[in-house]
Amino acid sequence: MPVEMENRGPSAGNDQDFYRPLLEVNGVTRLYLNGLGCRDISFVVHPGEVVGIVGESGSGKSTLLSCISGRATIDKGSVIYDMEGVGPKNIFEMSEVERERLALTEWGIIHQNPRDGVRMDVSAGGNIGERQMSLGLRHYGKIRQQAGDWLEKVEIDLDRIDDTPKAFSGGMQQRLQIARNLVTHPRLVFMDEPTGGLDISVQARIVDLLRALVRELGLAVIIVTHDLPMVRLLADRLLVMQRGTIIEEGLTDQVLDDPHHPYTQLLVSSLPRA
Amino acid sequence: MTIDPIPPFVEDVGTNFAYLDPQTKRSIRRAILKAVAIPGYQVPFDSREMPMPPGWGTGGLQVTASLLTPDDTLKVIDQGTDDATNAITIRAFFSKVSGVPMTERTESATIIQTRHRIPETPLNENQILVLQVPQPEPFRRLIPSEKETRKIHALGNYGLMSVMLYENIARLGRVAIAYDYPVRVHDRYLASPSPIPTFDNPKLDNSPALAIFGAGREKRIYAIPPFTKVRSLEFDDYTFTTQSWEARCSLCGSSHTYLEQIGQGDKGSTRYVCSDTYYCKSHAHADEQR
Repeated sequence: MPVEMENRGPSAGNDQDFYRPLLEVNGVTRLYLNGLGCRDISFVVHPGEVVGIVGESGSGKSTLLSCISGRATIDKGSVIYDMEGVGPKNIFEMSEVERERLALTEWGIIHQNPRDGVRMDVSAGGNIGERQMSLGLRHYGKIRQQAGDWLEKVEIDLDRIDDTPKAFSGGMQQRLQIARNLVTHPRLVFMDEPTGGLDISVQARIVDLLRALVRELGLAVIIVTHDLPMVRLLADRLLVMQRGTIIEEGLTDQVLDDPHHPYTQLLVSSLPRA
Repeated sequence: MTIDPIPPFVEDVGTNFAYLDPQTKRSIRRAILKAVAIPGYQVPFDSREMPMPPGWGTGGLQVTASLLTPDDTLKVIDQGTDDATNAITIRAFFSKVSGVPMTERTESATIIQTRHRIPETPLNENQILVLQVPQPEPFRRLIPSEKETRKIHALGNYGLMSVMLYENIARLGRVAIAYDYPVRVHDRYLASPSPIPTFDNPKLDNSPALAIFGAGREKRIYAIPPFTKVRSLEFDDYTFTTQSWEARCSLCGSSHTYLEQIGQGDKGSTRYVCSDTYYCKSHAHADEQR
């Protein structure tokens, strides 16, 4: 490795690291007794890349997301994540302690329902500060300062900092969940239908916010959704799933404008043309 | 530390020494040994039905019963005093089933069973403090699921407790926990110190005496071994503080002990007295001369 780096000159030294995928999913299979689930899924995500996974309900999208984020076990395959300062590691060969630590330091998870990802009886400030406190930050002033900064970033009024999310609208709760996840600057964020259950104007605001934050923080994102207009705005690449397998994959515009698989064509044609 | 052999069954007492049968004592002692080996970790044990209702200290009762030998001297306190109902009942019980000498003198006791206080008199390495614990799990009020709280302890991810302290400061300007203030034992497990006031938390840190916590209804035993680091949770800019009073004890004049406020007459006037009655009695004279 060092020899090779010398040959390629100092500036090209990190090329290999740069092109190394952040997440590599190899043949991941998880099947339920009724035959549903996901089957032999492989794809990669590069640093700073936004990958969309679309498909109808029951196509295995959410199962896949649970598997690759280490929240569900898999029957077969491997998920290799390029850990900061450590290098690529199979998350299913880690101990549970290591995996939880990884999820806390380098990952974020945004659930469809804010109730699953936000503590409803803890104030907005406490919600945003939790990850930092779990990582050992023990300075109230700093925690509060950063909570305030993040409320501003996700466009929640600063004087709501001590209110509990119970008193927030659905859109605010979702924005709080985003702040709570991004406060520790994760490298990879898993999103499961982040705009599900919100009205159109609120959805648009969340998409705008996510677009800006993803660019600002250079996040890699895996976003599961059936909201095609949203992925067109957010995702660089798209995977189309049906009955547990990936049936089409490519750049977002390419897949949406020139769908090859009959199912993708059906999916795209169901959208009203603008 | 050595644990003395279990005294043999003595027929003419009419019961086993210190009530529990040898089998039970062995199982409780095993739990205690494990608890001492893993400071702050809650060890499940097969809590027995005791001739006292749960909530009266059946956990502490079982720990004490399994530790007692004929050479021991027992002190029992409730709310800092030796003659409250709970203390008297437990003392009478052990008098009857073990016959060991009872004392109010903190210095002469080898085992001290208590609920709300740690005695003001500093303990030594020949003493064991037995605490009766209603709720051993510091997270129970926040997380009802035992499965989840066990996972939190296994991972050592105690951020949520800091969130609770944060919430206290955000809402009230300070951490408003007056008793049962969570502690980190030996930099590892988060433990409930049982309902002792925050005033007593520092006494647990690096204490020469072994502290064993017994929760009968919840079926858990945990321990803080002698000379173990015990830290109350805090923030760098909001450090842990204990209660303090402007008044002095009206009986002994002490200004460094935990005081209780007592209402007087019907004019709303109050006075303060030491909660630790033995300490108060034994120092009344000394403080007068100061």
